[in-house]
Amino acid sequence: MTTLLKAENISRSFGGLKALNGCNLEVEKGSITGLIGPNGSGKTTLFNVVTGYVKPDSGTVTFDGADITGYEPDKVFARGIGRTFQLTRIFARMTVLENMLVAIQHDEGWLRGMTRSKSSKVEVDNAMEWLDFVGITRLAEMDAGSLSYGQRKLLELAYVLVANPDVVLLDEPAGGVNLTLINQIADKIRTLNEQGKTFLIVEHNMEFVMNLCHSVTVMNQGTNLVTGNPAEVRSNPLVLDAYLGGGDDDEEVEVAANG
Amino acid sequence: MNSTALLSAAKDGLLTGSVYALMATGLTLIFGVMDIINLAQGILVILAAYLSYALQIHWHIDLFVGLLITIPTMFVVGIVIERLFIGRLKGPEKTAMSILVTYAVSLLIEGALNMTFSVNDVQLQGWYVNRSFAIGSVHFGYIYMAGFVLAAVLLSSLYFMLYRTQFGVSVRASLADQTSAALVGIDVKRVSTICFGIGVAVTAAGGMIYGATNSFNASTSYDLISRLLTIIVLGGMGSLGGAMLAGVGMVFIGDMVGVIWSPVWSSMSYFIALTVVLLIRPQGLFGKQSARVA
Amino acid sequence: MLQKKNLWWLLGVAVLAAFPLIVTNPSDTSIGVITLLFMACASSWNMFSGYSGYIALGSSVFYGTGAYTMALISIHTHMAPGAAMFWLVPVGGLMAMVIALPFGWIALRVRRHTFVVITIAVFFIFQLAAINFSFTGGTSGLALPFIQWGFSYYNVPFYYVALGLVIFITIVSAAVRRSRFGLQLLAIRDDEDRALGLGVKVIAVKITGFTLSAFTIGMAGAVYAMFVGQIYPQFVFDPVFDISVALMAFFGGLGTLTGPLLGALVLEASQQYLTVSFSNGSLYLILFGSLFLVVIMFMPRGIVVYVKDRLNKSAMARAAVATDQLAATGAGSSS
Repeated sequence: MTTLLKAENISRSFGGLKALNGCNLEVEKGSITGLIGPNGSGKTTLFNVVTGYVKPDSGTVTFDGADITGYEPDKVFARGIGRTFQLTRIFARMTVLENMLVAIQHDEGWLRGMTRSKSSKVEVDNAMEWLDFVGITRLAEMDAGSLSYGQRKLLELAYVLVANPDVVLLDEPAGGVNLTLINQIADKIRTLNEQGKTFLIVEHNMEFVMNLCHSVTVMNQGTNLVTGNPAEVRSNPLVLDAYLGGGDDDEEVEVAANG
Repeated sequence: MNSTALLSAAKDGLLTGSVYALMATGLTLIFGVMDIINLAQGILVILAAYLSYALQIHWHIDLFVGLLITIPTMFVVGIVIERLFIGRLKGPEKTAMSILVTYAVSLLIEGALNMTFSVNDVQLQGWYVNRSFAIGSVHFGYIYMAGFVLAAVLLSSLYFMLYRTQFGVSVRASLADQTSAALVGIDVKRVSTICFGIGVAVTAAGGMIYGATNSFNASTSYDLISRLLTIIVLGGMGSLGGAMLAGVGMVFIGDMVGVIWSPVWSSMSYFIALTVVLLIRPQGLFGKQSARVA
Repeated sequence: MLQKKNLWWLLGVAVLAAFPLIVTNPSDTSIGVITLLFMACASSWNMFSGYSGYIALGSSVFYGTGAYTMALISIHTHMAPGAAMFWLVPVGGLMAMVIALPFGWIALRVRRHTFVVITIAVFFIFQLAAINFSFTGGTSGLALPFIQWGFSYYNVPFYYVALGLVIFITIVSAAVRRSRFGLQLLAIRDDEDRALGLGVKVIAVKITGFTLSAFTIGMAGAVYAMFVGQIYPQFVFDPVFDISVALMAFFGGLGTLTGPLLGALVLEASQQYLTVSFSNGSLYLILFGSLFLVVIMFMPRGIVVYVKDRLNKSAMARAAVATDQLAATGAGSSS
């Protein structure tokens, strides 16, 4: 096993609040890694640092052996790190298919990118395949803004996958959706993982994480607390402490980090 | 260039600039709380100036006494505009729509003012308008001093209201984050309406001083709004302190350029200063860095 | 379906092309020329601002640049007055692009609300520069080589050149809408940061779009200068132009292909007509302002979208049923 994605000693403050304080994380190639922790422990901020939306005050992010610290989000994505958002973010006034086409990546010159048609047959077929994979092919021509919350989650998953990233970061894939859909999403993740895709998942639904993940890292107060397989983590007394103590102060950190 | 000219430019920057700061504060307050860009602010300043003018011509009411009438009137004008048009805008295009709506409103007012007062330039009069006193070799016009005092008083009251009253807490909460403010039980809609009213009410004082120190007609509003917008962008949109500093700073720079180089370029220097600042600090001097993750 | 749509476009072009053959009164064809120029500008403005959601209020920077390019080159090269001057029209467009590049580079790095204000500020820099520099002739403006075409015939060449610009920008605009580039502009409109996170080079896309839209506006400015023969800074760098172009696009339907064209056709033609009929400019301001408020308040997405929505109502209802069925089969969500 080799390490695909690695965050070392990441710190980031918002005003006086230390959202991340010397945090470390490793994601093995081909694994499903879970990232859990109480509200405000810095999980989403870590996602933002890794994907280039937030610049760390210190620390390094390494992907596939290369230092990508401080890369802009478009570069990070182009290197093969895809990501979904806690509150899904889709292009509401474009059709579902167009949403998919935005994400398809091309290694091409600037002029070619400007002048090429948005919908070659190969691309549309590729997009439709992934829509089919998540089961929303029927909605392809609808405005994405008219989708339900669950359908949006599926669309966001599909358009991150269409770019064929090496690792997919999912921010609460099971948040706010019904049980049927949760199982459906878990199945998709498992299938893709069997095909070799790496996942890093932030999730509050413990059952989801424990059933799905090979390795789990627990965060607390901006740093990594414990890392291990689900059984180890479950039985670790430090983890219980983290969840029971000091939640109130941390709530503010989350607000600051997201605002 | 000599030290007297520099001192004089510094004085003008402070005195005239404070009046601009007052008008721009109204604009930035409205933007900060409501995400509304009020393109009508320029014509509202002119409307207020014409109100003072009408009171003076028809009832011989002194300009400063007239403020007792024009400030509440402009407040009501603001409330009416907000209730009729601005408050109805919603959705992701709200800000863009607000630009067009307020522009349409300003066209309406411009047309009405042209019909009522003709397009000939007027200037407000009073015994103090053309008088001044001197300290050393620097002259202080009474009206400029009065404008400074008025702006200082109104801005301090605004700050007092924002930082010492319950309503102020609601306003500042709405400035920071409308959604969170609504979640903790603040009636954001009411706060917005009142802020719009206040933002427009300050044009009464600004318009009176502006009208007494410049000759104006309805189309003067284009020049005014462009300056006010430049000030709030320079200060950082939504930043009250930024609007004040930028207001004073820009008039100061303009006068300096006028003294050192040529008066022809003094108004252009505003915009060039803006460009330079934005190259270095895209969010303006005191603007918040935009958060990329919602 | 597609065939039928194309037929409508052809019909539109045919009607516009036939107009000066049927209506020969110079004061009417003159309205036609100005209206077509505005249609080209509104459509070109829409190609960037409508697609990307970045409302630019400095279009007259490009219009004025085109106009001054036409005037300065034709004057300084002592060009023979006549049709040959039309060769300067694309040059005017290119100059506008040259200006647009640094303009966009400064203005497009900020949040979109600030962008609006910066475009206004840049506009004032240009207006003041045109007034204060000596090579622009200051407030007395510039007189172009005087074209001695017959009174009854004078407008016609301008009319067809302007119509050519409208056709050109419509085709470009449609091509952009179909391209990957256009798709990226729309993605930026909907959620710029998400687009960035999906690998869209947002800054490059925005600057390219902005610069591209300057081209046709610059060309229209060049045609205008040649048409009127004398230009003044306050008329080619005009704040009312900036906002009118935006209003026309909004009026017709922001981000649509036909909307800005129809918006400009209706608004500019009626404005020109009203100015001729009522000498009272103030009344016109009031009418224009009120009309605008009505449209924004009741048809916020523009007339074209409003009508389309009405027509598509049944289709939408069907789609809604489809969604319900899908939700019922379990793909929907609890919240």
